[in-house]
Amino acid sequence: MNRLIAALAVPALLAANAAYAGPAVGEVQKQAMNIPAIAMFLAIVAVTLGITYWAATRTRSAADFYTAGGGITGWQNGLAIAGDYMSAATLLGLSSMVYFKGFDGFVYTIGFFVGWPIILFLMAERLRNLGKFTFADIASYRLDQTKIRTFAAVGSLTVCVFYLIIQMVGAGQLIQLLFGLDYIYAVIIVGALMMIYVTFGGMLATTWVQIIKACLLLGGGTLLLYLAFAQFDFSFETMADRAISVHKDGLKIMGPGTLLSDPVSAVSLSLGLMFGTAGLPHILMRFFTVADAKAARKSVLYATGVIGYFFMVVCILGLAAVTIVGTDPSYFEGGVVGGKLIGGNNMPVMHLAKALGGDVMLGFLSAVAFATILAVVAGLVLAGASAISHDLFANVIMKGKASERAEVRASKIASMTLGTIAVLLAVLFEKQNLVFMVGLTFGVAASANFPVLFLSMFWKGLTTRGALLGGLTGLTTAVVLVILGPAVWKTVLGHAQALFPYDQPALFSMPAAFLMAFVVSKLDSSVGAAKEREIFDDQFVRAQTGLGAEGAASH
Amino acid sequence: MSKLTYERIRANPKFKELVTKRTRMSWLFAAVVLGAYYGFVSLVAFAPQVLHMPLSSGRTTWGVVLGFGIVVLSWVLTALYVRRANTQLDTLNNEILRESL
Repeated sequence: MNRLIAALAVPALLAANAAYAGPAVGEVQKQAMNIPAIAMFLAIVAVTLGITYWAATRTRSAADFYTAGGGITGWQNGLAIAGDYMSAATLLGLSSMVYFKGFDGFVYTIGFFVGWPIILFLMAERLRNLGKFTFADIASYRLDQTKIRTFAAVGSLTVCVFYLIIQMVGAGQLIQLLFGLDYIYAVIIVGALMMIYVTFGGMLATTWVQIIKACLLLGGGTLLLYLAFAQFDFSFETMADRAISVHKDGLKIMGPGTLLSDPVSAVSLSLGLMFGTAGLPHILMRFFTVADAKAARKSVLYATGVIGYFFMVVCILGLAAVTIVGTDPSYFEGGVVGGKLIGGNNMPVMHLAKALGGDVMLGFLSAVAFATILAVVAGLVLAGASAISHDLFANVIMKGKASERAEVRASKIASMTLGTIAVLLAVLFEKQNLVFMVGLTFGVAASANFPVLFLSMFWKGLTTRGALLGGLTGLTTAVVLVILGPAVWKTVLGHAQALFPYDQPALFSMPAAFLMAFVVSKLDSSVGAAKEREIFDDQFVRAQTGLGAEGAASH
Repeated sequence: MSKLTYERIRANPKFKELVTKRTRMSWLFAAVVLGAYYGFVSLVAFAPQVLHMPLSSGRTTWGVVLGFGIVVLSWVLTALYVRRANTQLDTLNNEILRESL
């Protein structure tokens, strides 16, 4: 509150921007209370809590909790998948990359997008036909239940927890910035809300929170796009021309710059993004919420459309911000155009909202950004809790003999526990540089989860030993390379030179995992292995035709 | 499901047809998208000047057009895939299931 008073006491210095009159506290500055933002945020919270209440009356069985009873339609699931993928980081981060780097940001954005068609072509129907609640169900379908399920559950949990830390720390900083709320309160509010959504409303509430947020994000983005284009007579040429004339890199922003000039980094990054996406447990889980393979395919079609559209909008907003935000002294510290942006490097699209639609638009976009974080962390907690309650508790510890009531109770306890851990870790990691965590999350997803899942569905020869050693190889290689890479070895540990020159490990850790899984499986001549290979033929029929697949529960 | 049913399905020539058709389409489309994307990334890495070339006299460059083209290509192929899989191939799939149960 002292800061708020201090901020209000110096309005003369930053007259035009009361909302940005926060004192400088390092990289992230706390801002004065933003009233329209808080009002809209409260409205969103009220609606989502209402939905959670409604969902809670319909969430009884384990299937309800994990997959909303398989009763989500293709359209709804498509929006929810898109919602899971359009995080606050993509809205703020990608537009900021285009703002600063021009075309390079656009290339990066495309890398985030192209995984989706591949997931549809190669995985969507198999996932739906073979899966039940978690991706470990598929990985362990014909392999050793205890070993492979434990490995897949640990892989899921690792990814979920890393990803949760990134999102929670980002959330705390963003909320501090946009709403003028202390970091600790911001993190606790996010944590409490996500626990309520997941614990009471399960997958049904989580999905609807995701759908609402996706619609708000799409609506807000489109409105902003319209307002931005109106400034340039609705011509991309004019927008580009003006941006080129004011950007410090001039004409260069319309083509590749230095960001991705190193091909190894570029390829490793894109592999990590593409196949990491196909190994994210909260995304994979979405395939089990629809009735059949037909709906699963449709959901990826809609998701691909929505994600592609949104990403293009975000890039154009970044380009528009070059002219609109980049030439306006009121968005720079001390009023120096080209100096440090008020609020930090992730702010161009927020400043753009303020410039085009005033405090109301800024408030709206801030509230949507908050809702976005809430929805994404809820999905992560649900996926993590499922790995604990369905995989570890019900199947590994209780060997499938746990009653449904016990499993549902375990899932709720797991959600609360994970939520609490996430809040504690977010407090612990507040001041850390988290770049390495992104590499770690996608690295582990692409190199441990994805190879085991993919081979179990596509390669008859895969055995338990091969899957386990392959997955462990991918996991360790990814983790070790991230530690030896620039983000940890240089930035966090302070050594002069990184032992491994790249931030993204996927180009090396993925082939290592596949190779190990292949060689070990080939050499595996045990009786169990022969049986596992034999079951593949029946699994294949089910994967292709959906015969024997988990059906939708009736509601 | 009983082992016998799975056995019967595998023996059905229509099942082979379904698998061949779907597999061919999956890998072909995946190869096209991956080829287009990694072709684009190669241009970024090895021949950036190509992407800097303006389309005509304006400001829009080949880089912008090709990048956007990848997104459009992905949309078109996903739509084609879903249409064919959800109609033609699902019909075949249903026939197989009907004949084998």
